[in-house]
Order: sequence, then structure tokens, then C-alpha cells
Amino acid sequence: MSNTEYGLLIDYKYCSGCHACEVACKQYLGLPEGLWGIKVFEKGPWKTEGAATATAEWEWEYVPVPTGLCNLCEDRVADGKKPMCVKHCLAFCMDYGPIEELSQKMLEKGAKVALYKPL
Amino acid sequence: MAMPEEWKQQTEDGTYVIRTCAWSPPGDHPVGCGVLLTVKDGKLVGVEGDEDHPITQGRLCPRCLDLIEYTYHPDRIIYPMKRDPKDRGKDAWEQITWDEAYDLIESKVLEMKANYGAESIVVFGGTGREACLYYYPLGFATLQTPNVCYSQSGWSCYGPRCSITDYILGAGYPEIDYAGYFEERFDHPEFVVPKYIVNWGKAPLESNGDGLFGHVFIDLMKLGTKIINIDPRITWLGCREGNMTLQLKPGSDTALALGILNVLINDDLYDHEFVENFCYGFDELTERVQQYSPERVEELTWVPKEQIIEVAHILGENHPCSIAWGLAVDQNPNGVQLGQAIISIAALTNMIDVPGGLTCGPPEAMLGAWRMEARSWLPQELWEKRIGAAEWPGLSTAMATTQPDETLEALETGKPYPIKMAWFNSSNLISPTNSAQPHRWYAALKKMEFSVVQDLFMTPTAMGLADVFLPLPTFAEHEGVVLPHYGRNTVFVGAMNKALTVGDTRSDIQVCHELGHRLNPDAWPHYEDMPAFFGDQLQAEFGFGFDGLRERGLLQPGYTYQKYRKGLMRWDGEPGFNTVTGRVELYSTLFEAWGEDPLPYYEEPRYSQISQPEWADEYPLMLTTGARKFTSFHSEHRQLKTMREIDPWPTVEFNPATAKAYGVKEGDWVCIENMFGMARGVAEFAPTIDPRVIHMTHGWWYPEQDGEEPNLFGVWKSNVNSLIPHFETGILGFGGPFKSIMCKAYKVDGIDGDVNFTTRAANNFKGAELKSRSRMQD
Repeated sequence: MSNTEYGLLIDYKYCSGCHACEVACKQYLGLPEGLWGIKVFEKGPWKTEGAATATAEWEWEYVPVPTGLCNLCEDRVADGKKPMCVKHCLAFCMDYGPIEELSQKMLEKGAKVALYKPL
Repeated sequence: MAMPEEWKQQTEDGTYVIRTCAWSPPGDHPVGCGVLLTVKDGKLVGVEGDEDHPITQGRLCPRCLDLIEYTYHPDRIIYPMKRDPKDRGKDAWEQITWDEAYDLIESKVLEMKANYGAESIVVFGGTGREACLYYYPLGFATLQTPNVCYSQSGWSCYGPRCSITDYILGAGYPEIDYAGYFEERFDHPEFVVPKYIVNWGKAPLESNGDGLFGHVFIDLMKLGTKIINIDPRITWLGCREGNMTLQLKPGSDTALALGILNVLINDDLYDHEFVENFCYGFDELTERVQQYSPERVEELTWVPKEQIIEVAHILGENHPCSIAWGLAVDQNPNGVQLGQAIISIAALTNMIDVPGGLTCGPPEAMLGAWRMEARSWLPQELWEKRIGAAEWPGLSTAMATTQPDETLEALETGKPYPIKMAWFNSSNLISPTNSAQPHRWYAALKKMEFSVVQDLFMTPTAMGLADVFLPLPTFAEHEGVVLPHYGRNTVFVGAMNKALTVGDTRSDIQVCHELGHRLNPDAWPHYEDMPAFFGDQLQAEFGFGFDGLRERGLLQPGYTYQKYRKGLMRWDGEPGFNTVTGRVELYSTLFEAWGEDPLPYYEEPRYSQISQPEWADEYPLMLTTGARKFTSFHSEHRQLKTMREIDPWPTVEFNPATAKAYGVKEGDWVCIENMFGMARGVAEFAPTIDPRVIHMTHGWWYPEQDGEEPNLFGVWKSNVNSLIPHFETGILGFGGPFKSIMCKAYKVDGIDGDVNFTTRAANNFKGAELKSRSRMQD
């Protein structure tokens, strides 16, 4: 299976916005200022009063998104290691694997989960 | 699962991968994160986490991940330097050898002792770094001065919590139970997942306070734990599904704690067995808390009474629960009472030393005890000269240091005796970190005849004040031992392994030894190297040496719960606690002996719109400070591009409605100001902060700016600690109002203004006559 059939599963309800994934990736790829292999975006905070589907008072999540520079750490995974972002995530909220497998795991993780296919 | 024995592995192409437990420098607390360092041809080329570490399990935060940038930063100082004292403030440094540095220091120390006495030397320590273990023996056993000073007004960092715990619980720092003591962690048969954790005035995810790996909060949340956050700011952690925030007025925490106690007692939610058998003063506490009804507490704290009642019921009806208490407990003149009330809540709800509750042990262990015992090298009459010790027994009984505010007074007045030499060990005290009114400290410390700094980069403190700069190695460049909580609640002892050498630097403990051989050889037996020294310490405690620790990676000692029932806490082996009464002192016999109220009480913040009504119109906002960031540790990491890219400037957080009222847009530079000082930062909007409150980050200075005086890397521009008054502490001498002070805010054009900060700050404008040190509430 080539890397185009692999992805990143991010259970972003636990992402604390720590930027470890950004820095780990940047260091590994040797990216300069202004470029990232994965970037954390902030959604919120805003109050959810009145929203029918709200489960909490505030909507506030950090959402990591792999960029065009992500190569799913092809050298590392070939060596049996985890991608840099997945390994170092302080909240242990990221996973790497075949898309088929990850989509099954996604169904077991509740709400606020993202599955990315960067390649 | 135990860590593999092999700590150093060589790969085919000649690179090494060395496993280590990280501490500092660069600064952070003794979390001891598992790190794998890849070194090729003597150069650090890779940093990643160690999945075999039982707590961090491969995870690392941005600060460790950026280690390579730190290690090879062009501004890093890697050889000793000296400067003529008349050139202080100028970039007129000259490289010297370690022998030259030691020769100069030795001659100066002997001169000080001959002319003024050893007490004229003060060692200033910073916080969090490995230096915390070693600045005490540096002072007591190497330099042989009684004056070791943590300069933050009211000792407002960790020390108060440790002291209160020592006095009323007879134990070391109580920490949430996250199964850190067990190899099997959460799978240990005795461990129970806490149902609720009260996170009081703390930002654990960013701060990893004193060795607590903050993301265990998320590990526990995944197992069902809910977090009750007590904070003037609603944080990301506080508003996760199932979590809640008590969003209180800055500085009103003690009233809230007393309100919770009121409901726990009046609604009969407390553990009768623990109270009857193991607490002292319950009847007196019951009487005191009648003054703190939920209705009254709502008025004082802004927290709805329904929430106060709800939280008391949660804690009384769910077991086990735990409490993580943070820096906000220390940074408060009413903080001793807050700490006492929090321990009382823990006692009444049976959290102490139970699975899933609070772990605790002896006040000091291992190197934590050794560092304090170093004071046996001082003759008694010299020890008695410790600044402020006699006047502040409630501080000096538990802490081996001076009283910090008295130390500034001594520097300024020359009384009770002149101070002539300063040694800054990992302290950047003129930056907005561990001092109040830093410009006063700066002016007073300029008068020193001789000053030494130990650090890695030229800081404003070093540039402004020092004559000798001794460079420290990073944690990757020296051997050491990592102790979470410095021996006060130490879930493991970790091996710090040297992976590479950069320049010619010496670690804190090496300097203690090497200078110690010259100045006080009896205290410092010769060791072949520092691993041999650590080996002796480890051998005595565990029966193996440093190589034994390296092979284990770290040692988790296991844990015995309910030690108080088994006679394992008291000095005489009886059940109970190691306090004066043998019980948890809800009513403190020691506080009473020192002239403090033996029971907790609420004191309104001294500079609020309520306590200073004549200033209320001029300063309508309450300022809180110092919420932690992932990209820095206090004043460190400012020169790292990768960290500055994420957090480029100090921020002033506004509720959008407040900002609108002041005509401030997000991204505008603003100035915050009160009767004591001023500081500039960039406005950030947060609907999660109360409209009556603003928050500013601490620790800011600008390495990219001109370092010479008067600018000193822009240290006065965003110096939020200049808004905090000197010597506004509680009765025991603890607690400055760093997180609750009145202020105003207004838009400015940029970081610079038409005001000469140094002059205005030095004149201590407007507030100079305000009386300080108000006494006990009636």
C-alpha cells in the first residue's frame, strides 16, 4: 500500500493547542519561518446559547490540519516509527494508519474527530 | 513496563542515540520528560520523545522539541566572561577561562568576608530550573553565607503552599494522584480514577507545575475524570464537555473556599470518620465558616451561589476527588488562608493520601533534603543573621531563605547590615518574573561591589548587573538527577545523561563542587565526576549508583496509601499526621503562635475597586497576570524564532465589550497602568474573560533589541511586575498580589511611547505614599 492510502486521524476534542505537532514537524522537515507541515487552527471560543445541537456552553476547539508539505513522515514510517506529529502530541489525540482502519476507529471516537488524507 | 537497560545506542553510521530525562536548562520544571537525543560527530541532530517513559510515553512539548535551535543559537554564551564593574550595562564583556573566573570569584568572596562578613553575600535563585536543588548548597556550603533569596515579593511561588502543608499537614507538597508512582500507572490494582479534580488557579497543561506532567489531566479525562476549574478566565480546559468553571473575581479565592466549606459543613457532606479521628479544630472552623454563606460569598467573588452549593455537593458526594492547587494560591496576600482552606476541603472530603485523591509524603527527601541540610556548614550565629528570619518566623521556619521583601529593604537601606555581593543563579529578576517593582531591585543591586550570573544567554539582569558570567550547559550537556517536586512528592528519580558538549560550560552542581574545593573544601569531598557524586546519594537511598539509575532510566518508588493510618507519617510511628497536634490542623497552632489567625478568613484584595474606592474611577479594571504559554518558561525562550513565531508578543486579554468601550481593536498595542507602574502589550480578545477583568502575560523582554543600558533589551517596556507593589504580603510574610490588582488600560501607537519608562518607573509615580502591609482583617 502506498502512502496515498494512509491518513491522519485526529480526535480534536482533546487537542489542547499545544503546538507540539507543529514544532516536531517543523524541526524534522527543517522548515523555515512561515512554513508548516501541520498547522493548528483555533475554532472559537464562542457561546453556543440557543444552538440546538450544542453539548457545552462554549464552542472552542483547536484543530490541527496537515499542509501540502506533509509527506506523512514517509522515512519514519518505513522504519516502523510513528509520524513526528502523532508521536509527540501531548494529548495523544492523533493516529496514523491505513484510511480503512482509521475510518473504523473514527466511528468509535464520538464527536469532533477529523480524518485527513494528505497525499 | 520497565525501561530498557541500554541508554546509549550506537547506530551503523556512527551516530549515537542517548536516552535521558529532561530537566533544564532550558528552563522548565522537573517533569523529567523522556527524551531521545541523536548525536552525530558531536553535534545534536535529533530530539524526540521516549515512548518507554512511563508518564510522558513519547510526548514532548514545543520547548524540548526546539532544543537544537536553543543549543546552537548564535547568542548563546558558552565560555565564561568578565566585565569591569564600571562598565555594567555595557556590552563590554571579555572571555576568560574557568580558572580565571574562579580566581576572581574566590578573591572577591574572601574580600567580602574580611571586610563585611559572609552575610554581605546574597545568592538569588530563580525558579523551576535544576538550580533550585543547587542554589542552596551554593550559598550555604560553598560561599557560606546565610542569605539565599528567592526574590519574588512574598515568596509567591510554590514556597507558601509547601510551608502551609508542612505546618498544618506535616507533609510535603500534596499532588493529584495520577498513578505516577507506579510502573503500571493506571493499571495498578490500588489506583482509582478521580471522579472530579478541582483545578484551582492553575494552568497545568502549559505549566507542568513543579514536575506534574500537565497532560495527565487529559489522560484522566479520557478515563472519565471531570475538571472543576476555578479561574477568572474560562480556559479551554475549563469548558470541555462535562467540565465547569467557577469564574471568580481575581483575588477572591479564599472567600470561595470558605463558602464551599460552609456548605460542606452545614449540609453535612463531610467525612465524619476522618474529621473525628484525624482533624483538629473542626468546631472552631464550623463557627468561622458561618460568616461565609453562599449568598455573601456570591457578592464577594462574583460566583453564583448555586455553583458554590453545587461544587460542595459534588465534592461531598463523589469519592475520590482531588484538588490541583496552583500559583494563584501563592500569589495572593490572603494566600496562606486560601491554602489552609483548600487543605481543609481536602480533609473534610477525605482526599488525603487515598487512591485517586492527593498523594503526599515527607516534606523533603533525597537531594531535596540534602540541599537544605547544607546549612549545617554555617555556624549558628551566622545562620541567625539570615535577613528577615527572626521577623518572619512563619516563613523562615519552613523556608531556608531570606524573606524577599526584607531583602530589598536591606539592599536599599543597608540595614541590618550592608549587602555587597550578589550571585544570580538562573535568575532574571529584573524581567517581569520573580520580583515586584523590579526597577527598585535593579537600582539597589547596581550598588553591589561584585556580582556573578549563571545562565546561558545575556539577559537584562546579566547585562545590567553582573561582573562575571558563568555559562551553564543545557540538560543534554550534563549529568544530573531529575526529581519531580524537588523531593517533596517525587514520583520518580530520573537519570539525566550527557549527550554532547558545547563550548566550556559547567553545571550548577559542578560549580558548587569546584568553587567549594577552593572556599570550603571540608564540605566538598573530591569526586572523579558528577555521576560519582550522584552515585553516593543514590547508593545511600536505593542501593545502586548512577550507572544503576541510567540503566533503569528512572526509578518509580511505588506508593503506600493511607500512611496516616499506619503510623508512617509521624516521627514517633504513631497513626496521624506529623503536626503539633498529630492531626490535620484546620485550626493551626503554629499560625496562632506566630500572631496569625489560626483559622482561615477572607481579606479583600488590597488594591481593588472595593478596598480603594477613591481609585476606583481611575483604575476600573482588575488585572490578573501570568497565565502560562506552551512556548516559553517564564522569561526564557524569547530568542527562539520558532517560539516567537507562535507567540510573538506579550498579550493583554480583553473581553471584546471592554475593548470596544476603550476603542481598542484586536492587535492594537495597549498600555496598562496603575499607581505603581505600567506595561505595554498587544490586545487579544477573549469573550471567556469577565468584562471587569483583563489579563497580561509575564516574563517579556526583547533579545532582538538593544541590550545596553538604558534599554536593557526592552525589559521595562512590557514589565507587568512593575504594576505590583512591594511588601504587600500576608501576616506570615507570604503572598504578593501578582494576580489581583486594579489598573486601567488604553490604546497606544506601539511598543514605544513618548514616556521614558525608566525615569517614570524609578520615580515610583503616584503610588509612592500608599501605605503598605495592612494587618489582619477584624
